Amino acid sequence: MVTIYRARKIITMNPARPVATHVAVRDGRVLGAGSYEELKGWGEHRLDERFATLVLMPGMVEGHSHLSEGVLWRHAYCGYFDRMDPDGKTWTGARSIEEIVARLRDAEAGMADPQRPVAGWGLDPIYYGNRRVMRADLDQVSTRRPVGVVHASGHILNVNTRGLELAGLMRAGINHPGVVLGADGLPTGELKGPEAMSLAARHIGMDRGLLNSDEAGLRAFARLCVRTGVTTAADLGNMLEPQAVEMMTRVTAEERFPARIVALRMAFDIEPEALIARAREVSGMSTDRLRLGIIKVVVDGSIQGFSARLLWPGYYNGAPNGLWYIAPQRLAEIFERALAAGIQVHMHTNGDEATELVLDTMEAALRKHPSADHRFTLQHCQLANRAQFRRMKALGMNVNLFPNHHFYWGDEHYALTVGPERAERMNACASALEAGVPFAIHSDAPVTPLGPLFTAWCAVNRRTASGRTLGEAEKIPVGEALRTITLGAAHTFKLDAEIGSIETGKRADFAVLEDDPEHVGAELLKDVRVWGTVLGGRVFAAADI
Amino acid sequence: MTGRIPVTVIGGYLGAGKTTLVNHLLRHAGGLRLAVMVNDFGAMAIDADLIEAQEEDLISIAGGCICCSFGSDLIEAMAKLAERSPRPDHVLLETSGVALPGPVAGTVSLLPDFDVDCVAVLADATRIRALVADRYLADTMDRQLADAQIVLLTKTDCIGPSLADETLAWLSGRVPGARCLPVSNGAVDPAVLIGARLGYRATLSLSAPHQAAMLYHTESLPMVEPLDIAALTTLLQGADLGLLRAKGFVRNAVGQIYGVQVVGTVVRVERHLAPRPVEPGLIAIGLRRSFDPALFRQALAVTRVTGD
Repeated sequence: MVTIYRARKIITMNPARPVATHVAVRDGRVLGAGSYEELKGWGEHRLDERFATLVLMPGMVEGHSHLSEGVLWRHAYCGYFDRMDPDGKTWTGARSIEEIVARLRDAEAGMADPQRPVAGWGLDPIYYGNRRVMRADLDQVSTRRPVGVVHASGHILNVNTRGLELAGLMRAGINHPGVVLGADGLPTGELKGPEAMSLAARHIGMDRGLLNSDEAGLRAFARLCVRTGVTTAADLGNMLEPQAVEMMTRVTAEERFPARIVALRMAFDIEPEALIARAREVSGMSTDRLRLGIIKVVVDGSIQGFSARLLWPGYYNGAPNGLWYIAPQRLAEIFERALAAGIQVHMHTNGDEATELVLDTMEAALRKHPSADHRFTLQHCQLANRAQFRRMKALGMNVNLFPNHHFYWGDEHYALTVGPERAERMNACASALEAGVPFAIHSDAPVTPLGPLFTAWCAVNRRTASGRTLGEAEKIPVGEALRTITLGAAHTFKLDAEIGSIETGKRADFAVLEDDPEHVGAELLKDVRVWGTVLGGRVFAAADI
Repeated sequence: MTGRIPVTVIGGYLGAGKTTLVNHLLRHAGGLRLAVMVNDFGAMAIDADLIEAQEEDLISIAGGCICCSFGSDLIEAMAKLAERSPRPDHVLLETSGVALPGPVAGTVSLLPDFDVDCVAVLADATRIRALVADRYLADTMDRQLADAQIVLLTKTDCIGPSLADETLAWLSGRVPGARCLPVSNGAVDPAVLIGARLGYRATLSLSAPHQAAMLYHTESLPMVEPLDIAALTTLLQGADLGLLRAKGFVRNAVGQIYGVQVVGTVVRVERHLAPRPVEPGLIAIGLRRSFDPALFRQALAVTRVTGD
């Protein structure tokens, strides 16, 4: 049966007919987009008018997020900015540490079990004049229960005195860079880096951080996708243990599951040879709504954590260079084996030295295993310079940049981490465009909120939280940004033949909008209202998801 | 609860010889229940003849030793290790090739059941000079070496004695804060890397494995006479003794007992307050070519408390 949807406007991303008024769908796929007259030719059909006052565009593709966005909402939101949860409720930002304490107290008040921990997430002290949260602050929430708040970056955790006690850290004489000490020689409750955090995280129920999701978290994540116009989202970093694959396969196959998930296997804890074998194995388990078989490698750390690897002259504040998270030799072995096997690899690099290493390693690996369309993709790649973009193009690579980071941490990068000049060229979308590198842009949710239209706004305006325009020359036009959050991201997963535009043969994946992103103007792009989505011809309204 | 388990952190780049070394230590564990912690099993080639059984994340090794993979959660793996019965006597923690062993040791120091015994970093004699000049790895290699108390220059047999000597001298100059010693075929006296072998178990034979025995000298002294603790500390801190490791207990003029620990250049002399009485005595180990036991005995004699 053919359904023809009428819309106020359909943005197709098909240059041959960029806009249409109708789209015909059969078996979850697009027969064509055009006028009603043109589409009637497909034969017997039903005309569906429910989108008559709405705008359709290709379902948006989030190229780098984490399913844990769906899990974290179980805990109290302690971020500075307003943020929408999977139920559609917008939580106002906490404007002071006192507000955070009050919010955690509210969460505490609703708990029957006196042992249960109180956990929060999304904290960012840069917005509180860099006043740090102390254990005494969190002791106001409870002295009996462990209380902890994870920072927005995911790299720092603050706990109360009880949390420190349970972690075995409430003692003098600790000498560890990740355990901040107060004037009294005792820990302040601020724990930095995975090791120090993990000692306490298990006691507040946040032990596996970004890599974990469960059934309820996966469903919550997918609901958030509907609310943000996303039909395909990447889970960038999953261990893909057999029970996780089983769970994800089952849940994504549910009749009303509203998103397509691309889950990448982390290159942790595993030898290159076994890694490639596992990627190949899970690749064969892919379904329509769960795509498996790509590998993710983490090459360096983060810029705001000073653990990213930077080229000369390094950090603006003189901090020592960051850390390698993988030995160059091992990276080379993964590349060679993956190219030989036809397995795609995505590489987390933040600093430009990490990007340089990937480019050098890729060049050598391609000499051994020439591959015409490998689409190895640099993820974040925040500091890449123009010469590096030219090399990416020459080597056939893709890149997925992180404009949201620019909004949330751009001021910090300007003043502290990389200084003014490099802060202006960070997340250089215009350079990628000019060099002809296929590129995507992402949120890294839960690090920043899921929402490709906001991400597009960041790439178009390059505004920071303080209102500074950082890097006029790297702004991209609205049209390019919209293409990037659809076809661009699809290209990085080799899904561009299947999704990313509304044209004959593609899956019927649409973002359904109440405003026209091509007409609201650059300034209002982030405020475009999302009605819901269509995934493979199934309609999901945000209002009743 | 039987006190903290000592941990030797073993660092060094890929191919530096960590696996060879670990196998050597397992072969010469001398009755100690060693637990080897590795990042992942793939990288870890425990010699097949040592393996008794293998499960998903645990290999049982002859002599009551085990090998576990810690993956991305070292703390969780260490917690499980502390709960094992019987508990291991000593842990060898092998870090990944680009990890900085200092922070890993720092993390171990946060764990209630463990105590860092020493940080040893391996440097491949055939490659280390190229690695410290490598475009991407130079600073990482220097930071690894700077974290070490003991640097093992491995594969010296592959470059010939004169180049080996030259490389060792170069390395000692580059890492002034550590004791550097040459190793061929992974043969090092386990007592150098496993402090638990020194002192804790008097019944253990301290004879080093054959190959290593030719390189090392172990000196065992009863230390019944009272010593001037400050003078002893200063003496042990001096580089000219050529000490790699020392461990034991000494007495001061008023009969108080002090525990002595020397790991490379790190010297700890602290009041021993445990209820259990201990026998005074000192075991010291050094390379034959730089450690002169007669000189050591003489120097110790000077710190003796004379008169009252």
